[in-house]
Amino acid sequence: MTTLTAPPAAAPRPATRPAPGSSALQQSLTLAWRNVVKIRHQPEALMDVSLQPIIFTVLFVFVFGGAIAGDWHDYLTYLVPGILVQTLMFATGGIGVALNNDISKGVFDRFRSLPIARSAPLVGAVFADVVRYVTSIVVLLAFVLALGFRTTEGVPAALLASLVGIGFAMCLSWVFVWIGLTVRSAGAVQGIGFLAMFPLTFGSTALVSADTLPGWLQAFTRNNPVTHLIDTIRGLMLGGPVAEPLAWTAGWAALLLVVFVPLAMRAYKRRV
Amino acid sequence: MENTIEATGLTLSYGDTRALDGVDLSAPAGSVLGVLGPNGAGKTTAVRVLATLLRPDAGSARIHGHDVVREPAAVRGLIGLTGQYASVDEDLTGRQNLVMIGRLLGCSRPEAHARATELLAQFSLTDAGGRSAKTYSGGMRRRLDLAASLVNRPRVLFLDEPTTGLDPRSRNEVWDTVRGLVDDGTTVLLTTQYLEEADELADDIVVFDTGRVVARGTSDELKHRTGAQTLTVRPRDRADQPVVLAVLEQVSGVVPSTDARGTSSVPVSSEELLGAVLDRLTAQGVAVSELAVRLPSLDDVFFALTGHATDSEPTPTPEGSLA
Repeated sequence: MTTLTAPPAAAPRPATRPAPGSSALQQSLTLAWRNVVKIRHQPEALMDVSLQPIIFTVLFVFVFGGAIAGDWHDYLTYLVPGILVQTLMFATGGIGVALNNDISKGVFDRFRSLPIARSAPLVGAVFADVVRYVTSIVVLLAFVLALGFRTTEGVPAALLASLVGIGFAMCLSWVFVWIGLTVRSAGAVQGIGFLAMFPLTFGSTALVSADTLPGWLQAFTRNNPVTHLIDTIRGLMLGGPVAEPLAWTAGWAALLLVVFVPLAMRAYKRRV
Repeated sequence: MENTIEATGLTLSYGDTRALDGVDLSAPAGSVLGVLGPNGAGKTTAVRVLATLLRPDAGSARIHGHDVVREPAAVRGLIGLTGQYASVDEDLTGRQNLVMIGRLLGCSRPEAHARATELLAQFSLTDAGGRSAKTYSGGMRRRLDLAASLVNRPRVLFLDEPTTGLDPRSRNEVWDTVRGLVDDGTTVLLTTQYLEEADELADDIVVFDTGRVVARGTSDELKHRTGAQTLTVRPRDRADQPVVLAVLEQVSGVVPSTDARGTSSVPVSSEELLGAVLDRLTAQGVAVSELAVRLPSLDDVFFALTGHATDSEPTPTPEGSLA
């Protein structure tokens, strides 16, 4: 359900230049390595995904927790899956900004003149962002464990929940790949990302149960892919139905790939 | 034998602007084709079409017999490209840049490192190889960019204004590298705004202006085509100056001019007058320390061909120092 959806097969290589072992997947991994090296040179690139889970948790648990749930500790338990997904969603936007910067610097010209799969730079960037997702989840879980959060379903289920979240984020990031390749400036990419993420994450079951909402908003919230993802993760971490929300989540993820991978590839070919 | 680079009728428009308007290009194996022209003449667009980065609206181009539109993968396997703006990854070290490209081309990790070591040495970047490329001077960055385009030992190399913005010493290093590659059999297409650069490196030159080829030939042919050669004479003894002036005027029918060093010159249509001038001066016992027919500079040529001067490029500004 993640990016294993086949980058186009490597084009036939001229007989003069055999390149053993160079597959589209290996090329993508090489370019993912490039992005990870950049993060190592510039660790502050992980600041957003490290601080955001902490800020969101503190904000919602201690500011609203008492009012919403009567007791911040009960609310923390309800909230963790929501914050996990929310920070993942916001972390996906970064890829658009990064790609936009890359293209304006000309590095992509070099990639495009090499005999490699066209999709490799994009798939590589999507792979590399796993580092950001893992960072945000690790920071969040460490912080809430310190505050007293405990999963009821065991560690393997919690790990699976994290994997589902990361997988969905990798599919969603293709939306931002497309936006990043279509919009002219990196600043605009960021603006569009925030505009899209606020209604999707807040209009979900991240912070409150859908039952408390007015009817029209419930209709949106119950059909919001972010809600399905949060419900899946909540089920895996705290118990409750998993199969149905997981099926919806997988469906949404597949839809995102089917629509946005071709759009992103087309935008990439057109760009420059 | 078929040319290594062969393009016919390349046409490409950006909106209303015709960047390429029916361009023909050809370069035999192992030669250097210089594409000369001011900013906006279409040089970069032509390179991007040949390097499969842009599709032409009309016309076709082949690299080693492979069509750039129908067989882009085959073409990409044969070419190296050094863009106008060094396209190295600034956040990676010099070595990481080269290893990354080796890995993308299918080298194993040890092979990619070995090739990187080789290229860093070849471009005098061994000491800087471990530093991130953003700390490099302009000249070092350009050398790294050139090295990056050579990882796959391309048979055809596109250099888009490879020395723009370099100080003279870095520029000479790039020139030497290009000559070395050509000696090894690489075919090079080089765009430049520097007439001197085309003169130094190119076997054949095409002159671009507003998306068209306005002239083509060797450097000498282009200079001949625009006529206006200059015959210059400097007598060993300044006292002979009046005799020199008289002879030059008799032969050319034009009143000569004389510069501060005592060199007199007249415009002539061919070198054949050289013999006549020498004969007459010898007959009158005038010893000559300089006698030459000087071809016009490529700047003169460009002006004569297009009716306007090249962009008044300032002399290259040195970008930082060479480490």
